[in-house]
Amino acid sequence: MNHVINVQVENKPGVLARVASMFAGRGFNIHSLAVGPTADPAMSRMTVVVDGPEMEQVIKQLYKLVHTVKVTELTPGQGIEREIMMVRVNAEADKRAEILEAAAIFKAKTVDVGLATLTFELAGDPGALADFLELMRPYGIVDLAKSGRVAISRDIKTNGKKGRLRSA
Amino acid sequence: MSNTMTGAQALIHALESQGVDIVFGVPGGAILPAYDPLLDSPIRHVLARHEQGAGHMASGYAHATGRVGVMVATSGPGATNLITPLQDCYMDSIPVVAITGQVATHSIGNDAFQEAHTWGISMPATKHNYLVTDAADIPEVVNEAFHLASTGRPGPVLIDLPKDVLAATMNWHDPKEIKLPGYRPSVKGHPLQVKAAIDMILESEQPVLYTGGGVIRAGGAAELRAFAELADLPVVTTLMARGAMPDSHPLCLGMSGMHGSYTATTAIQRSDLLVTIGARFDDRVTGEVKSFAPDAKIIHVDVDPAEIGKVRKADVPIVGDAKAILGQLIEVMEKKLGGKRSPERTDWHEQIAEWQRDYPLKFDQDPEGPIQQQYVISELHRLTGGDAIVVAGVGQHQMWASQFWGFERPNTWINSGGLGTMGYAVPAAVGAKAGKPDEVVFAIDGDGCFQMTMQELITASVEGIPAKIAVMNNGSLGMVKQWQKLFYHERFSATDLTNHTPDYVKLAEAMGCVGIRAERPADVVPALEKALAINDKPVVVDFVCDPDAMVFPMVVAGGSNDDVIMSMTDLPDPAGPQPEDVI
Ligand SMILES: Cc1ncc(C[n+]2csc(CCOP(=O)(O)OP(=O)(O)O)c2C)c(N)n1
Ligand SMILES: [Mg+2]
Repeated sequence: MNHVINVQVENKPGVLARVASMFAGRGFNIHSLAVGPTADPAMSRMTVVVDGPEMEQVIKQLYKLVHTVKVTELTPGQGIEREIMMVRVNAEADKRAEILEAAAIFKAKTVDVGLATLTFELAGDPGALADFLELMRPYGIVDLAKSGRVAISRDIKTNGKKGRLRSA
Repeated sequence: MSNTMTGAQALIHALESQGVDIVFGVPGGAILPAYDPLLDSPIRHVLARHEQGAGHMASGYAHATGRVGVMVATSGPGATNLITPLQDCYMDSIPVVAITGQVATHSIGNDAFQEAHTWGISMPATKHNYLVTDAADIPEVVNEAFHLASTGRPGPVLIDLPKDVLAATMNWHDPKEIKLPGYRPSVKGHPLQVKAAIDMILESEQPVLYTGGGVIRAGGAAELRAFAELADLPVVTTLMARGAMPDSHPLCLGMSGMHGSYTATTAIQRSDLLVTIGARFDDRVTGEVKSFAPDAKIIHVDVDPAEIGKVRKADVPIVGDAKAILGQLIEVMEKKLGGKRSPERTDWHEQIAEWQRDYPLKFDQDPEGPIQQQYVISELHRLTGGDAIVVAGVGQHQMWASQFWGFERPNTWINSGGLGTMGYAVPAAVGAKAGKPDEVVFAIDGDGCFQMTMQELITASVEGIPAKIAVMNNGSLGMVKQWQKLFYHERFSATDLTNHTPDYVKLAEAMGCVGIRAERPADVVPALEKALAINDKPVVVDFVCDPDAMVFPMVVAGGSNDDVIMSMTDLPDPAGPQPEDVI
């Protein structure tokens, strides 16, 4: 099972190597990993998608790294998760229209048009990306570039009314 | 004094400000700048004959004194030779700092002469490590390194210093306040958890205090004893906790696990509550996890939250320092008892006493037969009154030393527990003796182990560090041979050392030590007396021992602790399941 873990680390040289080495050494499986700056220049955020039954040791071992400041596991529904991908598909003249139609439904952006291919950019919920890929597969996927997942927790706003959640 | 100095001078100055009195190392090209100001420093440098030796010396020093041990090596091969001692200290939570030279910053990544990616190689073998790229950072880095090594769960920290950084000039400044937002080890335990633990202990009918090296590292031996007496708890001291509770104490059951006493192992198996302090449910302690202490609730006190729940789920987890939490446990227990005695657990104590009567640790020394190692260890204990620091290698001799030495004080048992590093004993004994010159330091070493690192006896004689080494010469890699005997149909592959037995007495003399030999049981006491009377030179005693002796009790690796094998007669079926673990 995949778990999404956000790790706030001090922005120090080699911190990615430390996290990666710890995962390898402890036998934890990384499904995807994305690193980037945060609002605080002294800190970076890593969003790690980890494959495994139990996250307790993963989280504790992350905390053991001296540069790890905060670790949060995003329980499904609690976080907002996004990925971006670019996918190039075979698009012979007779198939072009239906491919573009499918792309339009998914709000995928056409970023390159070739003689026999179309290239789309799609950003959004990981599930939507997977669905779009499945839809494109029969046409023939020529190339695919996909980012790791980034995630942020939802800001829970009750607005005085119990249980009313609003997404960001 | 001018504040302008080189990075190398800053390094030595920083070590001095940490109170370092001794470092163990070997110089070389990249670390050369640091060796120059060392000449003018009050810090003593002990020139080891191999960097691995330097590393284990720093570890032995830290074990014996409780202070941070320091090892120094050059780049490349010097640094890679430190990896074994670093990993060893990591597994056993020993506070050490390693200083390594590195090729100049502009050469890094160019496969320069004696370049190794020390930072990357040492990362998984250290608690934390640094590559310093600016000499101005040295005061902070050294200060942080010592802080990390000695606080929380202690461990090794490495500082890699490129040659140009050591040669650069900088302005000395006292280190700024340590700012590590991600490093805040707990000391005190959560009061509610402490209370919950006490309630659980008061309800328990068959409790055991299962203690590990964390108690010794935290300096909590006195508190452990006070708490065990107050709450009337039998105490098991794991391999790393030997000496945390006096073996002579009626509540002390000694070591449990693979080669533990029947009583200690079985008391844990039958317990209804394990009060675990600074121990980590190591596989050598638990055997098969699913049948380990099946009816026991678990209180788990550890300074490292990652240890809690790693192997066995805790019913009451308490994160913090073992000494501090033992203090809290005592306080709450005293309040709860209000001057009354803790509940009597007569049946439990009687059961334990019966096991002790029925299954004692024992050995037979036939006066006409070969020397038994247990006899040597027992006689050494008698002659010293147990007042010595005992260091061990890895193998049968180590297990016998742990079983048959009656430990009375913490920090008097120095061995490689977690990593099981053969060759640990000689250099660790040298380091321990350097740190505790007034104590008798006696290594109980195997002949296989001795041949791995004996050259550090040259260091010992040159430096005037009179450690003593008993070479338990059974002519074999005995522990491995024991497994071959038990599990590989007596097919002794590569465990015989007798095709050429070196003359250990001559070897000792060649290295500037006194060499003594004992071949028969009657030689043992005179040899030990002679060794103990020599205080100005290192001594090596070659004990020619029984080549066929086996360590018992034994629980087969991966087997259940319910099946303690007491002797050759209750061996498992050789056609049965074979052990999967390695020694
Ligand atoms: C560096 C290293 N290599 C190999 C081993 C595997 N090993 C464990 S015990 C042992 C035999 C030790 O022989 P010796 O020092 O003679 O001790 P004995 O068991 O005979 O007392 C070996 C080879 C180890 N623990 N460490
Ligand atoms: Mg041997």
